[in-house]
Amino acid sequence: MTGAAARWRALVAVAAVVAVAAIDATPAAAEYGDVVINRRAERGGVRPVVFPHWFHRIRFRCKVCHSELGFRMRAGANDVLMADVIDGKFCGMCHNGQTAWGAEQCDLCHSGKPGTPPGIQGGNETRGPGRW
Amino acid sequence: MRVRRALVAVLVAVAAAASAQVAYKRAWPTLAADGLHDPASPALAILQEPSEALSALPPDFAGNLVNWMASLDGGYIKPRSTVLADTRVTLRSTDVLLKRTGELPLVVFPHRQHTAWLDCTNCHDQLFQQKAGGTMINMFLILQGEKCGVCHGAVAFPLTECARCHSVARGSDAEKTFRNLVRE
Ligand code: HEC
Ligand code: HEC
Ligand code: HEC
Ligand code: HEC
Ligand code: HEC
Ligand code: HEC
Repeated sequence: MTGAAARWRALVAVAAVVAVAAIDATPAAAEYGDVVINRRAERGGVRPVVFPHWFHRIRFRCKVCHSELGFRMRAGANDVLMADVIDGKFCGMCHNGQTAWGAEQCDLCHSGKPGTPPGIQGGNETRGPGRW
Repeated sequence: MRVRRALVAVLVAVAAAASAQVAYKRAWPTLAADGLHDPASPALAILQEPSEALSALPPDFAGNLVNWMASLDGGYIKPRSTVLADTRVTLRSTDVLLKRTGELPLVVFPHRQHTAWLDCTNCHDQLFQQKAGGTMINMFLILQGEKCGVCHGAVAFPLTECARCHSVARGSDAEKTFRNLVRE
């Protein structure tokens, strides 16, 4: 691809994204950065998990979860089992009744609308990382 | 050439208009109506509404409608850097100038702001080389959710905010203060 062609292609892509983002900016959208985790939850008979970035980043820097605690930065990339959470892994590293309320508060994590597919949500997203 | 310049102008205008519209409202969806939470879930009575927490933070035009950098630097929020006892926190303060921006203003990548939130390993060396100009980055990759687009467009401010990355006009004094693409 020549430099000019590549740039053209990028511009067209930018145009498409900006257009989609502008149309998408409806108030009914989920909060920016919300992640639905639903590889197993619904199959296991509970509501999908909703993880709010906005809530957690007020309290923790990204590096706490994505470096210290080892959450991979890609929606769906972390294979979380409920047993892990109870064992103090993933969400359970904090949701253990000490740093935050514990795993017995099922509904607070399993609060998603049934049928919601996993992935990153929110008005201005690029359909990039969360796209499978 | 002229067509492309016009397209860029239109894009910037649309992005600005889209942001202005959102900022004017500065309204967050309620949990019950966000299309994500089950309105029948008993959790809705307990979970915090975004508007309750976010309306107290410095405003922005896109994403969470919060300027997270200003929130952190201004002390509005005090997020923890570690939860384990012996984690080392690493910081860096250089700015790197990225010049392959076609006709748009140059991009400045600031380490200070990023390492305030992130660890070096979140970016190095998977996403970026530790060498100014060493990484192939372009808008196409970013829009695909690679490079800067891993975070921008997902959790950090979205890609509609062109000018926040494309912040240094060509030939400006700001460009001249960069030595070898890096500024302390
Ligand atoms: C701190 C948040 C959190 C709490 C509290 C929580 N869960 Fe989970 N749970 C998760 C996550 C994350 C997953 C992984 C979901 C996925 O990948 O689909 C999960 C998965 C599950 C699954 C799917 C099957 C499996 O074994 O992984 C079931 C069933 C489940 N949880 C039941 C419960 C019950 C019952 C409670 C209350 C006793 C509960 N959860 C409390 C976060 C939580
Ligand atoms: C409390 C823990 C926590 C904090 C703090 C946190 N994250 Fe996340 N992040 C997660 C979880 C959980 C996921 C979903 C992982 C999954 O689905 O497997 C995620 C996913 C992501 C993704 C992937 C989105 C996608 O489209 O695939 C990105 C990017 C991301 N986080 C960036 C950030 C940034 C930037 C910050 C800081 C501003 C941050 N995170 C802070 C826990 C956290
Ligand atoms: C770094 C620690 C940490 C991790 C990891 C973490 N949380 Fe939390 N979370 C917290 C804290 C602290 C609170 C606030 C607790 C309180 O208010 O008592 C919280 C609150 C919440 C809330 C309630 C938000 C509200 O509106 O009140 C939900 C839902 C939640 N977490 C889900 C999750 C899920 C799902 C995961 C795993 C994918 C997770 N958290 C991982 C620390 C963490
Ligand atoms: C958010 C992503 C990100 C984080 C976090 C990050 N960097 Fe960088 N770093 C970059 C980018 C982008 C470049 C420029 C790469 C290029 O020009 O090809 C860069 C360039 C560098 C360079 C070469 C330019 C210079 O400043 O001298 C060094 C050295 C470096 N990083 C070290 C670090 C260290 C040490 C940390 C942690 C304290 C860190 N970086 C954290 C993204 C990051
Ligand atoms: C998160 C930061 C960021 C945002 C937001 C951003 N860009 Fe870029 N842009 C970059 C980087 C980084 C490069 C590559 C610079 C380099 O490698 O020297 C780039 C390159 C470009 C190029 C050069 C051609 C190409 O394919 O790379 C164009 C044109 C461009 N951006 C347009 C835009 C437009 C229009 C917007 C707003 C809709 C935008 N950018 C938003 C970071 C950003
Ligand atoms: C690993 C995640 C991540 C990556 C990769 C990343 N950023 Fe960021 N960036 C953030 C976060 C988090 C912030 C804080 C502001 C926010 O969340 O909106 C931020 C803020 C910024 C700011 C605003 C600084 C300020 O003072 O307001 C600029 C400019 C920026 N990023 C440019 C870039 C460019 C250019 C790249 C690619 C070369 C890039 N970022 C890659 C996470 C990231």
